[in-house]
Amino acid sequence: MLSFVEHLPLLIVVSSIISSITILIAGWINRKSAWYISTATILGQFISSIIILNHILKFGKIHYRLGGWVPPWGIEYVMDELNAYILIILLFLALLCIIYSKRNIEHELPEKVVSFYTIYQLLITGLCGVVVTGDIFNMYVFIEIFSLSAYALIASRGKISLRASFTYLVLGSIGACFFLIGIGFLYAITGSLNIHDLSILLPPFYTNRVIIASFVFILVGLSIKMALFPLHTWLPDAHAFAPSEISAMLSGIIIEVSTYAFIRVSFSVFTFKFLKILPVMEILSWIASLAIIFGSIWAISQTNLKRMLAYSSVANMGYIILALSLSLSSKTSPWGGLTPALMHIANHALMKGCLFLTAGAFIYKSNLWFINDFYQLGKRMPYTSGAFVVSAISMIGIPPSVGFVSKLYIILASIEAKRFIFVGILLLSSLLNLIYFWRVIETMYMKTGNHKGNSFPSPFPKDEIPIAMLIPIWILAVLCILMGIFWLAKIPMPILDRINLLFGLSQKL
Amino acid sequence: MIETIPSIKPILAILCPALASILILLSSKRPNLRESWTLIASILQFIFILSMAPLITNGKFVEYYLLLDVIPGVNFGFRVDAFGLLFALTASFLWILVSLYSIGYMRALKEHAQTRYYFCFALAIFGAIGVALSGNLVTLFVFYEILTISTYPLVAHEQSQEALFAGRKYLAYLLTSGVFLLAAIALTYSLVGTTDFMPSGILKSSFLHRSTLLILFLLFLLGSMKAAYMPFHSWLPSAMIAPTPVSALLHAVAVVKAGVFLIVRVVCYVYGIDLMRELNLGVLLSSFAAITMIGASLFAIAQDNLKRRLAYSTISQLSFIIFGVGLLTPMGITGAMIHIPFHGLMKITLFLCAGAILVASGKTEISEMAGIGRAMPLTMIAFTIGALGMCGAPPIAGFISKWYLSLGAIQSGYWAFLALILIASLLDVVYFYPIIRTAFFEKIPKNEVLEEKEPKVQLFSEPPPSLEREQPLFVFLIIPIGITAILSILVCLFPNLFYIYPLIQRAIQNLSGG
Repeated sequence: MLSFVEHLPLLIVVSSIISSITILIAGWINRKSAWYISTATILGQFISSIIILNHILKFGKIHYRLGGWVPPWGIEYVMDELNAYILIILLFLALLCIIYSKRNIEHELPEKVVSFYTIYQLLITGLCGVVVTGDIFNMYVFIEIFSLSAYALIASRGKISLRASFTYLVLGSIGACFFLIGIGFLYAITGSLNIHDLSILLPPFYTNRVIIASFVFILVGLSIKMALFPLHTWLPDAHAFAPSEISAMLSGIIIEVSTYAFIRVSFSVFTFKFLKILPVMEILSWIASLAIIFGSIWAISQTNLKRMLAYSSVANMGYIILALSLSLSSKTSPWGGLTPALMHIANHALMKGCLFLTAGAFIYKSNLWFINDFYQLGKRMPYTSGAFVVSAISMIGIPPSVGFVSKLYIILASIEAKRFIFVGILLLSSLLNLIYFWRVIETMYMKTGNHKGNSFPSPFPKDEIPIAMLIPIWILAVLCILMGIFWLAKIPMPILDRINLLFGLSQKL
Repeated sequence: MIETIPSIKPILAILCPALASILILLSSKRPNLRESWTLIASILQFIFILSMAPLITNGKFVEYYLLLDVIPGVNFGFRVDAFGLLFALTASFLWILVSLYSIGYMRALKEHAQTRYYFCFALAIFGAIGVALSGNLVTLFVFYEILTISTYPLVAHEQSQEALFAGRKYLAYLLTSGVFLLAAIALTYSLVGTTDFMPSGILKSSFLHRSTLLILFLLFLLGSMKAAYMPFHSWLPSAMIAPTPVSALLHAVAVVKAGVFLIVRVVCYVYGIDLMRELNLGVLLSSFAAITMIGASLFAIAQDNLKRRLAYSTISQLSFIIFGVGLLTPMGITGAMIHIPFHGLMKITLFLCAGAILVASGKTEISEMAGIGRAMPLTMIAFTIGALGMCGAPPIAGFISKWYLSLGAIQSGYWAFLALILIASLLDVVYFYPIIRTAFFEKIPKNEVLEEKEPKVQLFSEPPPSLEREQPLFVFLIIPIGITAILSILVCLFPNLFYIYPLIQRAIQNLSGG
């Protein structure tokens, strides 16, 4: 007999689907109900995810067999520390974004409120599904669900965002195809789709060319989904023209969940022994370095704030992948194994979430898209600008913010791996970050006239966004600093250490 | 046996400016309340820091760690030793005076964004005191970066194109240097597994390659660009566009001294004197510093803007400190350490005088200051004291530091170094003397009076009106100037004042292992 908590992984997904349909029907009767239903569901999901993590830390993994079918044949949901960790980050940001969206969506998409929340809930379903599932084909299905919802959400503003969404649709579908081909190859050789089962069946075939091909297909497919350089081309437009809460989700969660899928496939299905056979981590580390450098340079050349943030996401994906690629060669706790990568997933969600939400606030209030128009924002919208400064400083990596902790840990990991070149690249990138973020801060607070020498009219009246939008922004901004201190105090470390232990990346083995 | 006392006093000292910055933001609508927060915080902080001095001079250490094992072997927190306390005492004492001065200065000039100014000022002090008290490189780095960021709004305070440019330059230099410092710290940590400051040094030559140690030292040196040594000095003269109290406290004491402080820490407490000797780095460092000592003085001669000239003088004097440490002799290090508070006192006097001249007469260029000594006698007397001190004339503070530096040079056995000190001191005279001569002895050119038929200028020629009495807020300006000028003399006569000399003796004793 399963305890209540062990039903939660399934309930998280099912409640989300049901809620999505309910929103559609209830919203048809009363438009205002849509937000309440969606928020209540996500809040419930968030609380359950915390309960799940607590349960896992106390009693170990949760296995849930759908319909009672025994695993290799039936679908199984498996929750370990890694899923639970990602799930909490995912639902936390989703919750803040939906609180933010109440006023923003009423303002931006007044006609489409009901359909927005319906699809948003579907997006959450897909994301949660990818995370909780223990079946690789099921993972593909959920990836498609969240991708399709994302295409729709990006397109919801119409006009130019249609093109952005279409680009993402085409590239995303190719990515999904590649992923599916990879799964097909795996199935052809082993006859199984269950992740745990695959990890047992695969070792004899590690040098099999079909298996290697399948890994490469999965890697490339997911690289498109996680916008890894040079397959990131869909990302800037999609991030820039989506509604801001969706930009925050895209940047902070969606590409990270794809990264989770990659971590799951490479460490659970293939395990680190396979990764040591191929030079894949070596290649990834160089691709990641290119992503960091080019992402930052492109970000510098942008004039549109949201596009700039989008390119910054490309660079930050580089951080995560670089940390991931060092995971095999650094073993010392606390920076060994997957810790820096997973840490930066959480940190990036906080920082980029905050930045995109503030960018959305500028658009909400005065339709400001371009950095040059941001003059005197520090006076016009002091609280929003303050949050922007905090999260931007965190992106640059000034201690004790989360960005600093990520940077420090990745540097320590690369020193342990004796890859000093990456230390240089990371440090260079933090200077490039400085350039593009400081330009915004300078315009917001310091500029008194434009480049033509005209001074701006003053004084500016204070014109703040509604409190319902400010709260999520400030929660994220405060967490940008607080989490940094928590990381330094190593409060979340036990979870990450156990993840490393799970994948055999810890020193203790 | 070194006795360590756990105490929350370092935390209290750090918290004063941190809390003050929050309170300042909250009371932005009430200027009097806002300024009183600054004053209260600065006085409290000084008391906390001074109260640690008796313990430290008795050879004990005060420590308090906030987070244990941030990375294995590194605790985030404070470990106060004699040298750290010396810097903290200097910065916090001068903060009291500069807060007072700021009130007069900012109000007299009706500056904008005063809340931001006081907020960032408190944050910068928070960073500086954190640097002083931190017990290892990682903690130091955290505060070092906070100091950089919080000073930016002060540099760009004027918000003109020029100020923005200066601000960008400031960040570009100092954050780049922060990056090098981070690399150096990470490398140190990976080599020896700790970053604590130890009087005997933590790096050992026995198991490390010589070239590794040299590269590491270069990284550390690049990481301390706050010390404004040449050729990475140009951010400091540009930063002089900031309001004068900022130039006075931050760009003569807190920020630049944090850079020098770091160099001393690295040389004496990370590398250790023995290792420095073994690698022959001391001579290299001193020779390198000597270039700046002489070069910056030559640059100073060419400046007409008073604050810029003072800035170059600062650059030159900072290198005296680096130079002294590089000598690696007890006397040399004593001279270097003692120059930190003494130079602070004298330079702040000079800067505050420059600010007072600006407030009273609106003049910034030295060539415009003919006869200002008669219009502002008190200010210019204080200025003269500071300037004489800089040149090393007894009985002013600068004499003691130069005396020890010279002794150190002799002790080291390199007689050329003694000559360099003397030449640099001579150059100090060369660029300070014209200011004093212009101020006291030069008459206002007649044609200027004829051309500008403003009554004010005509009155100026004879009899000179006292500009000091005209400005109602001038009392706020002249009190701090007076205190620092008098103190510059007193500390020379009584070096035990504020535990300055006992602290240095203790630091030297620790370093020499006794």
